Amino acid sequence: MHPDNLVEIAGVAFGYGARPVLKGINLTARRGQVVAIMGSSGCGKTTLLRLIGGQIKPDEGTVRVAGESVGELDQAGLYRLRRKMGMLFQFGALFTDMSVFDNVAFQLREHTDLPEDAIRDLVLMKLNAVGLRGAAQLMPAELSGGMARRVALARAIALDPMLVMYDEPFAGLDPISLGVTGNLIRRLTDTLGLTSLLVTHDVQESLKIVDYVYFVSEGVIVAEGTAEEIKASGLPYVHQFVHGEADGPVPFHYPAPPYAADLGLEVRRA
Amino acid sequence: MLRRAIENLGNRTIQGVWRMGFATRFFLAVLLHSGTAFRRFGLTIREMYFSGVLSLIIILVSGLFVGMVLGLQGYETLQTYGSEEALGILVALSLVRELGPVVAALLFASRAGSAITAEIGLMKATEQLSAMEMMAVDPIARVVAPRFWAGVFSMPLLAALFSAMGVFGGYLVGVQLIGVDEGSFWSQMQSAVDFEQDILNGVIKSVVFGVAITAIALFEGYDAPPTAEGVSGATTRTVVTSSLAVLALDFVLTAFMFRGLN
Amino acid sequence: MNKTVLDLWVGIFVVAGIAALLFLALKVGSMNTVNTSDSYTVLARFENIGGLKVRAPVKSAGVVVGRVSDIRFDNERYEAAVTLRLDKRYAFPKDSSAAILTSGLLGEQYVGLSAGGDSVKLKQGDRILITQDAVVLENLIGQFLYGKAQEGAPQ
Repeated sequence: MHPDNLVEIAGVAFGYGARPVLKGINLTARRGQVVAIMGSSGCGKTTLLRLIGGQIKPDEGTVRVAGESVGELDQAGLYRLRRKMGMLFQFGALFTDMSVFDNVAFQLREHTDLPEDAIRDLVLMKLNAVGLRGAAQLMPAELSGGMARRVALARAIALDPMLVMYDEPFAGLDPISLGVTGNLIRRLTDTLGLTSLLVTHDVQESLKIVDYVYFVSEGVIVAEGTAEEIKASGLPYVHQFVHGEADGPVPFHYPAPPYAADLGLEVRRA
Repeated sequence: MLRRAIENLGNRTIQGVWRMGFATRFFLAVLLHSGTAFRRFGLTIREMYFSGVLSLIIILVSGLFVGMVLGLQGYETLQTYGSEEALGILVALSLVRELGPVVAALLFASRAGSAITAEIGLMKATEQLSAMEMMAVDPIARVVAPRFWAGVFSMPLLAALFSAMGVFGGYLVGVQLIGVDEGSFWSQMQSAVDFEQDILNGVIKSVVFGVAITAIALFEGYDAPPTAEGVSGATTRTVVTSSLAVLALDFVLTAFMFRGLN
Repeated sequence: MNKTVLDLWVGIFVVAGIAALLFLALKVGSMNTVNTSDSYTVLARFENIGGLKVRAPVKSAGVVVGRVSDIRFDNERYEAAVTLRLDKRYAFPKDSSAAILTSGLLGEQYVGLSAGGDSVKLKQGDRILITQDAVVLENLIGQFLYGKAQEGAPQ
């Protein structure tokens, strides 16, 4: 494994029951980069994140994070590795029975023996980094979607992880929050020396901040490259995706019998 | 038609057995990961507030009314045999042996059990449990086990409060309202109610009910499909299953406990 | 919810629950009945004890003076040997008699003690010689019918 690579996925296949989701994925993320995994909804992007986090084990191939094969770790080893990972869930997944402050302090209290003063300082630093120091005493129910996402980000970086994963960080945000979140991901990656891995279908926003992009379709990687390469790509699938065209290699219609047959026109004619 | 029905039945049986196995594994995991619930007892105390303290009002009020009704009905029946003085025995024995543990458990199942299922189910649906796992914190140890022990500790206290309130209610109606002799009300009660045989067995019952209800509620929440429909279905199932479990367990326990008596 | 307020409420809840348990144990139940150190046991033999059970009260003049502590079958005499645990505060003459009685028509059975006239008192391990068996309803009816039949016989 190349020392520059934090995440290395080689020949990974995975299926839920009999339904294959991923069929042989190869992917690497280098330290300090923002890497995006794109694809239409339901193509197995989130499954990929769960594989990296060790919540599920690959059927074939290996997932390596910082040199350790995630699928072969036991519970203790997995938990040790996860302390060095942060994950931002689609809608934040904040603990709704705790205040913003307690949410960010959660990992510090669970995993360290720091005195409450030190925890307070650390939490306020993390909240300041996402611009929400003033919201420390609010409850998650009082936050807007964008704010909740930023709190979740502060929580994900509370233990200064080496890798942060984002599951659809842009979904359901207004244009201002969208820009704020995108910039935040880029800035935190650069200033904290993180590696960021984001799963998204928001092409325009993510292409502004990413270093490298993988396109996943039907369980395989169909295209990869830097942001510029992707924008200029001539591949029909990537073109459709980047420009948001309704029809193309990804059909508008879900597979169905002929329209006329469904409406019973042929029967009437007969 | 018949074939499909048989197939359906077989499928359901397999599903049921599968779920039973999963539930057992879950229960063992909860017991195995209970260390945190005791090491950081604050977590358990917090849950005792939600399952115990918040159930107090309904338990106390119901206990009082059940005792008052027992006083009225018991008096009506005993009067026919000219033994009104035995009212104390009737009220106390029915409460301490049966009604206290059972009715308190049924109320607990619908008040606290459903709340536990809904909370765990929603935490799962909103990925809070996954988030915790990704933060290297075991949700069974951090979220499930404290709730389990809080329920187990709360249940006997609630049942005792229910019985005590019921005896007081029976006393109010029987002695204060109808005019049964106060002295014989208490003394007959005391000579008939045995500490080990009646009160201790009642406490044992309520502990068993507490284990059953919280285990079912936590499992249903943990197993709920992560949708609004799934969580609401799981909440209903918690109330139905745990009520049935309480009544069935009550029969089994009573058969064991009082077989030697008669 | 403030943590200290929460702790306070849970504290109140636990204290109230334990108080309710104590109330049940002391006021409703009878934890303060017969203490082993302040009692003595005597034996009484009955030919038939009816439905007498262990822990049934022993009463004299209607006052509870002890409890039945043991019931066993004496295989040599084919009788029931009933051990009575009596309160030390109450001493009975040696020739007192024990009877198995029923409280009310359908009530529970208990042992009634009637004091005799002896100046020597019963001690630990003594035996009550004069006993009266439980009344068995079937026997009573049988006797009644037998008596009726005899009345009608010399016609």
